[in-house]
Amino acid sequence: MTEPTRPDPLTPVLTRRWQLDRSWSIDTYERTDGYTALRTALAAQPDQLITLVKDSGLRGRGGAGFPTGMKWSFIPQGPTGAGAKPKYLVINADEGEPGTCKDIPTMMADPHSLIEGCIITSYAIRANFCAIYVRGEALHCIRRLRQAVAEAYAKGYLGTDILGSGFALDIVVHAGAGAYICGEETALLDSLEGRRGQPRLKPPFPATSGLYASPTVVNNVETIASVPDIVSGGSDWFRSMGTEKSPGPKIYSLSGHVERPGQYEAPLGVTLRELLELAGGMKDGIPLKFWTPGGSSTPLFTAEHLDVPLDFEGAAAAGSMLGTTAVQIFNETVSVPWAVMKWTEFYKHESCGKCTPCREGTYWLVQILERMVHGRGTVEDVETMLDICDNILGRSFCALGDGATSPITSAIKYFRQEFLDLIAEQPAVARPDQLAQMTGASA
Amino acid sequence: MTLSPEKSETRPVPEGHVRLTIDGVEVDAPQGELLIRTCERLGIIVPRFCDHPLLDPAGACRQCLVEVEMGGRPMPKPQASCTMTVADGMVVKTQHTSPVADKAQQGVMELLLINHPLDCPICDKGGECPLQNQAMTSGRTDSRFVDVKRTFPKPLPISTQVLLDRERCVLCQRCTRFSEQIAGDPFIELLERGAKQQIGVAQDKPFQSYFSGNTIQICPVGALTSAAYRFRSRPFDLVSTPGISEHDSSGAAIRIDARRGTVMRRLAGNDPDVNEEWIDDKTRFAFRYLTSAGRITRPMVRVDGVLAEASWTDALRAAAEGLLAARAQGGIGVLTGGRLTVEDAYAYAKFARVAAHTNDVDFRARPHSAEELEFLASGVVGTTPDTGVTFAAVEAAPAVLTVGLDPEEEAGIVFLRLRKAVLKHGQRVFQLGQWSTPGVHKTNATLIPSVPGGEAAVLNELATAGGELVDALSATGAVILVGDRAAEVSGLYSAVAALATRTGAKVGWVPRRAGDRGALEAGAVPALLPGGRRVADAAARAEVEQAWGLAEGALPDTPGRDADEILAAAADGVLSALVVGGVDPHDMSDPAGALEALSEVGFLVSLEMHASAVTALADVVLPVAPDAQRAGSYVNWEGRRREFGAVLDSSGVLPDCRVLDTLAVEMDVDLFTQTPAASAGDLARLGSVAATGTAPTVGAADAVAPGYGQAVLATWRQLVGSGSLSVDEPHLVGTARTAVLRVNAATAERLGLTEGVDATVRTARGAVTAPVALADLPDGVVWLPANPVDADGVRTALGAGHGDLVGVTGAGNLDGGAA
Amino acid sequence: MTLPEGNPEMNSAEVTGPDEVVWHPEATEGPIASPAFDEVTRQRAKEIIARYPQSRSALLPMLHLVQSVENHVSQAGIRFCSEMLEITTAEVSAVATFYTMYKRNPCGEHLVSVCTNTLCAAMGGDAIYARLQDKLGSEGRPLGHEETAGEPGTPGSITLEHAECLAACDLAPVIQVNYEYFDNQSVDSAEELVDALRRGEKPHPTRGAPLTDLRTVELELAGFHPDLAAVAEGPSIAPETVRGAVLADERGWTAPARPAEHPALPPLPEAKP
Repeated sequence: MTEPTRPDPLTPVLTRRWQLDRSWSIDTYERTDGYTALRTALAAQPDQLITLVKDSGLRGRGGAGFPTGMKWSFIPQGPTGAGAKPKYLVINADEGEPGTCKDIPTMMADPHSLIEGCIITSYAIRANFCAIYVRGEALHCIRRLRQAVAEAYAKGYLGTDILGSGFALDIVVHAGAGAYICGEETALLDSLEGRRGQPRLKPPFPATSGLYASPTVVNNVETIASVPDIVSGGSDWFRSMGTEKSPGPKIYSLSGHVERPGQYEAPLGVTLRELLELAGGMKDGIPLKFWTPGGSSTPLFTAEHLDVPLDFEGAAAAGSMLGTTAVQIFNETVSVPWAVMKWTEFYKHESCGKCTPCREGTYWLVQILERMVHGRGTVEDVETMLDICDNILGRSFCALGDGATSPITSAIKYFRQEFLDLIAEQPAVARPDQLAQMTGASA
Repeated sequence: MTLSPEKSETRPVPEGHVRLTIDGVEVDAPQGELLIRTCERLGIIVPRFCDHPLLDPAGACRQCLVEVEMGGRPMPKPQASCTMTVADGMVVKTQHTSPVADKAQQGVMELLLINHPLDCPICDKGGECPLQNQAMTSGRTDSRFVDVKRTFPKPLPISTQVLLDRERCVLCQRCTRFSEQIAGDPFIELLERGAKQQIGVAQDKPFQSYFSGNTIQICPVGALTSAAYRFRSRPFDLVSTPGISEHDSSGAAIRIDARRGTVMRRLAGNDPDVNEEWIDDKTRFAFRYLTSAGRITRPMVRVDGVLAEASWTDALRAAAEGLLAARAQGGIGVLTGGRLTVEDAYAYAKFARVAAHTNDVDFRARPHSAEELEFLASGVVGTTPDTGVTFAAVEAAPAVLTVGLDPEEEAGIVFLRLRKAVLKHGQRVFQLGQWSTPGVHKTNATLIPSVPGGEAAVLNELATAGGELVDALSATGAVILVGDRAAEVSGLYSAVAALATRTGAKVGWVPRRAGDRGALEAGAVPALLPGGRRVADAAARAEVEQAWGLAEGALPDTPGRDADEILAAAADGVLSALVVGGVDPHDMSDPAGALEALSEVGFLVSLEMHASAVTALADVVLPVAPDAQRAGSYVNWEGRRREFGAVLDSSGVLPDCRVLDTLAVEMDVDLFTQTPAASAGDLARLGSVAATGTAPTVGAADAVAPGYGQAVLATWRQLVGSGSLSVDEPHLVGTARTAVLRVNAATAERLGLTEGVDATVRTARGAVTAPVALADLPDGVVWLPANPVDADGVRTALGAGHGDLVGVTGAGNLDGGAA
Repeated sequence: MTLPEGNPEMNSAEVTGPDEVVWHPEATEGPIASPAFDEVTRQRAKEIIARYPQSRSALLPMLHLVQSVENHVSQAGIRFCSEMLEITTAEVSAVATFYTMYKRNPCGEHLVSVCTNTLCAAMGGDAIYARLQDKLGSEGRPLGHEETAGEPGTPGSITLEHAECLAACDLAPVIQVNYEYFDNQSVDSAEELVDALRRGEKPHPTRGAPLTDLRTVELELAGFHPDLAAVAEGPSIAPETVRGAVLADERGWTAPARPAEHPALPPLPEAKP
């Protein structure tokens, strides 16, 4: 193997068709090598595809970064036991993590890459039914996907005996109805089964007992849209981008106080400093104050972290997470306690209610933060919040509760003084009994 | 579980077990056991709310967090011990040894309490509240929460008998999980989301489940309370006594809580062999009959045509004189009903033989047949949980067929076991009946449809043809459960016996009433002496004569009359007196005929708790004690003896066995049944013999064919409806299923009936009107509940029952002919 | 440093839940579905059910269908779903009350959703929402969350809501009208948008299909598009969407070249003994 050369700063793979005329149509897609990977895949044994994706090192793009090929290999196969049950592929297109806006443009601009990925993946895991669970508010994506599915059926890429291979697959594009928690894979499965989107106990894991208690792979849009390119490019090509443990290209979504917000597809491991340079720097030159590497559930970074490599390992080593590479950038005009309050209101609104720490903890935290931001904080509040977060983190049923604590604990870590200043600016209210009177009087 | 004091290397881990360490103690636990259970068995109580051993794990409340180490590596987060199963080499630290677990538990408790109203002083649950108790053991002494609590209007009635207080609720979902998993009645659900999440019902449908009361009992806070009990008493004022349900033949264990001489509430007892921890709502809520206005407390004697209170001495003398005179004339018949304990039934059986010199005794105060008696004598009497079908056998069975029995309506605990088996291991349930009742749906049962009266023929045909049912019942452990309604169809008991022989399935007899099985064992039937001995068997008679100290040949040697024959003989004056205990003539196959007989008979002695149709006609009325005021036992359908003690002071009230004993003394014979214990001892000394004889082989009757404007009537009782033990329970009655006439769409059209509109069922005797509901009945069949609330029963109103022809007319279509 | 504009709602002390649940025990047997759920709707419900391996999966789309009929999820709608899927009305209610897109009260012709999550709020979303509340309110009272200006269902009526992150953060602040995107909004542009809607106009979204109304869109969410090929067109690529791709082109950057032919797939893993 030759010494790898460093790829270009931007590596459009998933985004390479987005500028084309009617990029979403099957004509455009086929003209640009679309559905050729499918032919290659259908000529192979399913297990070869699983090995290929394992070899490529593709990791889930929904936030957790679980190795995709390994996830597929957990699906029991064979004529007995769980292997004998029908298998399902479910695409998590419930994009809703604050700051995250990569899957919706993908589905709008290039739905066929996802559809082709779904067909290859279903073939690999031997699924004959695939559901794409799209956030209900992403209406136009739903249209695009349904149209793409219709086109794919018309061309024989879906249905029975796909391209003469004997393989059959149906895809349903399913609209959600407004619940962030459905981005959690087991909550998504319950929701897809027509229930409240509340997370399930694990084990059993979806790989053995997922949709309809059958073996199920749940993958993110960007993950599966990457599959056709891995088949056509090969694992070495895929690994020529990114890092050893976080290979491949990744769509970084820059938003907020930057000159040119937007979608930037770069090899994993790019830094914010590099991204900001590409995006024309901070808006109006106002300095950076804080940012999220991958959505609001990933602990905040500050200007100290401009050179943290934004891959799974780099973000984690610096005390945060890669998440969904939703890079929200806030300048010095933004109050940290206010931003944290807004995010906490979000988590409170989206907490499913199943477990105590998340349901009650977010309810309490919002009240403290709102009080604080509206001039009624107490000096005890900061420590109380940290302790509540400690009682939520790792104690709640699923990761939503953990995510809810991220903005608070990281904000206090880096901006404790701002919270204290906010309290100090206020009329001296230190004792809970006084405070209770005040809140009562103001209600 | 075994504690292992010695080093683990010295002792192998038992097969199917794993070895782990909890709080420094090494313990072996069966594979798959939940950590919280292993802790319990070690005496370590991890606080919890959502966990319940009979419900699927939820992991929702997060109160039971413990620290876990696997393979020497601590898990990064504390784990919910209610969802994690044991594993080999696991090291577990609970709140007792782990500061992390302790803080996690305190943290969750604080969060649970931020929205709790802390109204323990006025809460029904106060003093027996898991939240209160665990807040003490695992909570902070103060709360840091100074902000605004969520408030809700309260209480919210979610049915006529269950009230919801959402502020107290900790959203553990025990109630919703019970309703969905155990009862199969998902009428109570989580609504809303996040902090607004709450328990609730649909706007158009209350929590109408026959098992709803269990949710009140398993609620770990005071969020669900009972309309009947709310604000009535405090747990520490109550005296609790274990009891046995008198409402059906399951023999469910209950707990009866009384305060200063009044029963305040009843709860499910915990008996894994019988009812686990569940009871139906009738068993839980129907006990006000104890204090109803109709209770008779003083003996009465009819003087110049009018019943007047009398002393016990006078009443007993009057009864004895009347009976002695009658014995000398046509003779005495003895009729008993379903409420009797085995001790009482034995006293009646012995009274009949020893004092009345007759075998004219029958407990079957309902439709019955000679075929049934033969079936019981040859296959049921004398079986015990060791030899016959049990709840455990029902649960383990690969397949169960129910005949003449809709378990949800007539034997709720049997229904719960069937449902459990269906959900846990895919048991196949078949129900021979007329329509897919709610119970059929909830047990995923296959309905074997039959025109009423034609059930035996259907079963015989299936047995001959083979197929799915026969295959399923041929599997090892398969069970047939047959209800006493089988007596309404000639040949049905015979068909059941034949099918059992053909397939090898075991047969369990599940009568509806609590006392029936005990009465059978006690010999309160015309053909059997106590212990299953045949009247016609000279050796058996001799055995009993000897045990009872009677002269040889003293016992009458021919089987007596059954209940219908006794009534007919009484009506005709062939019998001169009747002794009647616990019989409702409206339950008989011919209520009008029964009432006629009771009024015609020369002398009538009634032993009763309440004023009834029988006491109204009696010459002497002798009051007897309800279960709450006496000890005794039932024999449940499994043949399991279910003993209970007195709950309330029993001075001044006497059980039937004592009254009969004294009455017998007045007639100059000794029964030795002065107390239930004495009666039980006397019966036990006799012992029982194996069932004898061969199963009946009565040919299957053909169902009748309806003519123009006619249908064949199907009918049976619903759990909640009219009944002498359900009086004064408005909250319970509010959850009764609506009384409707069920019919299939084609028949409705033929008869001119419209869904939702009243229709009238008529016979020469009378008419019943009810709204029409469509269901999957066979063509030409209509169904009515036998015991609608606040109305005459079907048999009383129509003089017709299951399998009889009736005329049916829709509203505005009155020309349909009556039979 | 100043706090961003806008007045985040003190939403902690709400009294929640219905005051009283009223039920009609006599009405629990037999079909009562509202006449609004006609044969066409029944057929559509059956079509939805047929899409899935198990019928209950149809519940979410069916609730969208119900909203397309009555512009909210009514009790009759809950009953309709319960009958079609043979589950209890409590089970349907549990689901209908979990998801924010199912509305409890009849909505306006249009649903205007203003993202007030942190990033949009900081970029002006809170100010936009506050302005629209005032603008659409009446008698000095700002319009509340999920309240409607105008008679629900009539032309020009608008239901306003503040929404969580609408996944268009690079285009912040964003508004959706009937779930079509109006990107890069300002207080002024949002006012103009709402004015136009009140006048009965249908401004074209920045990304999405030509504006219709909420009921039509709910029918689409249920899976019934008036003309799928047509509505799937429309603008969808904002400059921000292709920022990286355009920049790469400008600078001549590309992903590493792929092999000319699809490379051979790895061999089958050896079978486990």
